[in-house]
Amino acid sequence: MRRLPFLCMALLLTCSAMLAQSGGELRFCIPSEPNTFNPLLPQEVSSGTIIYLTGGVLLRVNRITQEPQPESATAWKVLDGSKRIRFQLREGLRFSDGTPFSAEDVAYTMQKLMDPELHSPTGDAFRSGEGKVMTHVLSPLAVEIIFPAPVANLAKLFDAVPMLSSKSPQKDMAALGPFYMAEHKAGSYILLKRNPYYWKKDSNGKQLPYLDAVRLEIELNKEIEALRFSRGEIHMITSLQPDIFETLASQNVSQVQDAGVSTYTEFLWFNQSPASPIPAYKRAWFVSTQFRRAISEAVNRADMARIIFHGHAQPAVGAVSPANKFWFNSKLKSHPYDPDSALRRLQQDGFHLENGVLRDKAGNQVEFSIITVAANHARESMAAMIQQDLKKVGIKVNVVTLDFHSVIERISETFNYEACLLGLLYSDLDPNGVMNVWLSSESDHQWNPKQKSPATPWEAEIDRLMRAQASAGDERKRKEFWDRVQEIAWEQEPFIYLVDKHALVAISRNVKNTQPSALHPQTYWNVEQLALEPASH
Amino acid sequence: MKVLRIIAVAVLVVTGVAALGAHYLAPAGYEHQFRESPNAAPSAQHLLGTDDLGRDRFARLLYGARVSLLLAPLAAGISTLLAALVGGMAGYFGGWIERSSLVFVDLFLSIPWLFLLISVRAVLPLNISPQASVVVTFMLLGFLGWAASARVVCAGTRELMKSEHIWLARAMGFSGLKLVRLHLMPNLRGTLLAQFWISVPVFVITEANLGVLGLGVSEPLPSLGSLLRELQNVFTLRPEPWKFVPLVVLIVVVSCFQILLNRSEVRA
Repeated sequence: MRRLPFLCMALLLTCSAMLAQSGGELRFCIPSEPNTFNPLLPQEVSSGTIIYLTGGVLLRVNRITQEPQPESATAWKVLDGSKRIRFQLREGLRFSDGTPFSAEDVAYTMQKLMDPELHSPTGDAFRSGEGKVMTHVLSPLAVEIIFPAPVANLAKLFDAVPMLSSKSPQKDMAALGPFYMAEHKAGSYILLKRNPYYWKKDSNGKQLPYLDAVRLEIELNKEIEALRFSRGEIHMITSLQPDIFETLASQNVSQVQDAGVSTYTEFLWFNQSPASPIPAYKRAWFVSTQFRRAISEAVNRADMARIIFHGHAQPAVGAVSPANKFWFNSKLKSHPYDPDSALRRLQQDGFHLENGVLRDKAGNQVEFSIITVAANHARESMAAMIQQDLKKVGIKVNVVTLDFHSVIERISETFNYEACLLGLLYSDLDPNGVMNVWLSSESDHQWNPKQKSPATPWEAEIDRLMRAQASAGDERKRKEFWDRVQEIAWEQEPFIYLVDKHALVAISRNVKNTQPSALHPQTYWNVEQLALEPASH
Repeated sequence: MKVLRIIAVAVLVVTGVAALGAHYLAPAGYEHQFRESPNAAPSAQHLLGTDDLGRDRFARLLYGARVSLLLAPLAAGISTLLAALVGGMAGYFGGWIERSSLVFVDLFLSIPWLFLLISVRAVLPLNISPQASVVVTFMLLGFLGWAASARVVCAGTRELMKSEHIWLARAMGFSGLKLVRLHLMPNLRGTLLAQFWISVPVFVITEANLGVLGLGVSEPLPSLGSLLRELQNVFTLRPEPWKFVPLVVLIVVVSCFQILLNRSEVRA
């Protein structure tokens, strides 16, 4: 009889360990109703989340190591200077409805993906030149894809290509990933259930995923999302604002985590477009490298990171965040805060201080406006800090907050603005993902878009380097080119990078096997490994 | 009630004097950022602590009250004037002029103010000072906020036009501007005053709403509305009562206006 309590306890512990390893419904929020359920057409965070959780890909980029690892393909080989890729597929895979997966499905997926009618952003990344993409089925488990021109970063692009079934009666809804879509209540939730045919197993031979289901609750309001987390109604928040992070941390430190610097950057730029209606003397300031460098040196980035982001951000270095391990140019350092140096630069450029007011050669007072999106408190605070910092060098800044559409209209259509403060999440780590920003002919070359020919020698050099990296097959060579682009951007500062935000996540203690990453999707990138403890069942 | 009115007047006078004397009373400029002490608790140096950028909250409250208390009456004046013009003309002439004026008023009332304000703000020049921007914002509020008052003025004028003393005045040969100046305006004064006093707190609150949306007064100038943004995020609110002082001031000021308004309505 004495042994009974020990036996009961041992049984209880065994049961709880087993329960922690299987079953349960993981719940978290997505910000909106998904725009699409087409796996090849991710448009926003919500549809991207569903595609990530349901899509079976040939390879997956590990969000910690940032290296590709085998998934539906066991091996791959990039050939002919990135014009060809050959995949060896895993044997015995099935879609969620039981339909077998084969090389024909890869061919079918590529055919659908590259269909110009689809306008898939995922497909666009593979479009390196004129001509058709050919797929050769070598055997039921081997397939080769041939592109008309070299495609940079070819293998890693397949991280975003979920495989479709060519034979399944469920068509595109048959999932090869860990979950399949089981239920959708418009405006309320989406329920994903465990794919019974998912191939992956843990080290003990137990089939993954451990979870029975994932419930995605549609919730736009970040405060309500945080409230629901603190009440235990949801298990995780993928992206937290610093003030909410601090509040949650004060409630229960072990549930929130700063996963380190992310690829979300806040930056400022001046309008250099000749099509802009701003006065010529102001445009002359903005075109001057010395002026931009001076502004950059006069802004205290460390204060921004410390005060506005509560230390959950760091002064930005340049075009690439240190979170991007491979492509970040580690030789570059953040621009120092040095108002004296800023004034010297301005004086070299013909500016002078007159009773505390900075004036240009012609005697014009240096005053400009910064537009930014209203109701983004952090960004408005950043603008207010810039305003005070620049006042120290005699520059008057007017902060103008506008609704989102007015800001977009001004920066992309009318060009009626002087400077703009915005932030951007670089979800694509590869330099090819930002070709549209750095090529002078592109519409997203924000400081001076759609140039017929490069306006400056350094923009011409960036154009050359970007094209060179895009067509080079060797990654080391590509990195050399992209490093040089980063150096030019650092020297010329067409974008004045301010801070790189940290990835802040909240994960309930009931969720096991989490490995928060600084890259998207920070909390559930290894969803098949996640498990719930019994308390949350 | 008389005591209450005296208290209301006294509170408004003290608030007004403090706001006007902000330059002398404030321990620091409203825009000065004490970056080493953001979100500080009240102290001898900062009576109401500092905001998230380290700006003295007491200084910002004084300057913010100045902005809201000076400019809300300006906006109320504009809207009452427009209401008197449109509503008065409609009530005076009657017939198709009244009907078409009231259709216009209804149309104006159906316009979503907020979107109109956002659109108008979006086309304003970018390089105007925060001071000019706040004046423009309140004037816009005044130009957009007259329609409801116009209906009241129209009804009042219509009633007056049917009254015996106006019939008598008309029989004696009074018409046109003379009738308006000598008989209509003195009798409409109470209605117009009531509309004015109603509008003042409405505009203070409207600006506060715009401030909460980030579309009110430009940085770094404060207003009562922009100060309320600190209370916007319910989840991150902490038990720091000093952060609620701008809200208390807004409630007290609006309540005082309401107390005075009740008196004006009685007189009307």
